[in-house]
Amino acid sequence: MHISVQIENFDSKDIISRLCEQRRDIGAIATFTGLVRDQSAQQDLVALELEHYPGMTEKALQSIADMAMDKWDIDDLAIVHRVGRLEPADNIVLVVVISAHRKAAFAACEFLMDYLKTQAPFWKKEITRQGESWVEARQSDTDAALSWQD
Amino acid sequence: MIDVLYFASLREQLATAKEQYEADDGVTSIGELKQQLAQRGGAWSELFTQDQGLLCSVNQEMASEDTAIKSGDEVAFFPPVTGG
Repeated sequence: MHISVQIENFDSKDIISRLCEQRRDIGAIATFTGLVRDQSAQQDLVALELEHYPGMTEKALQSIADMAMDKWDIDDLAIVHRVGRLEPADNIVLVVVISAHRKAAFAACEFLMDYLKTQAPFWKKEITRQGESWVEARQSDTDAALSWQD
Repeated sequence: MIDVLYFASLREQLATAKEQYEADDGVTSIGELKQQLAQRGGAWSELFTQDQGLLCSVNQEMASEDTAIKSGDEVAFFPPVTGG
């Protein structure tokens, strides 16, 4: 399992290669990459500032990863989340799930993103030409996470 | 002593990132700590009496009003998370 909270950019190909190294039992790799868009709620975005709670963030991501490993028949996964100042077109987050079959990989990948968005202590501030504002949490994200509960 | 941390919009509105709170005998839960902090008035009173929009953790695990706290714990208050 590879979990990282980092300032630096990531290369999804490197992370996938690392997860699959020495394995011949993997039939499916599902990945999700989140990027910074150049549009905020009302205005053109200059940058995002990603704040987090060092220590708790890593624990929360580990706990979400453990839930996914228990819930689906998957072989390994990676979660990488960037923090600090990010500009449009920059990578923010990467989730990779590897498994024998595609259905478990797709489902676990979506679950990890839905949970990460509502459970891990990250906060986004939008910086536009007109000023700065904290991003408000969305009900649709909370609903998406709740939809996975049995 | 309880370490109390504040993040994101809360940190800015309170102009405080971290403090050491001297817990007296009356403060044994998150709910009680919130009542104490609200008594500071101004932004403190506004932010710590709201019903929603304020999350908290104890020792880096999500917590609620009833969660017990004691000297040596690390408590954090923050707005709903917006990562991903």
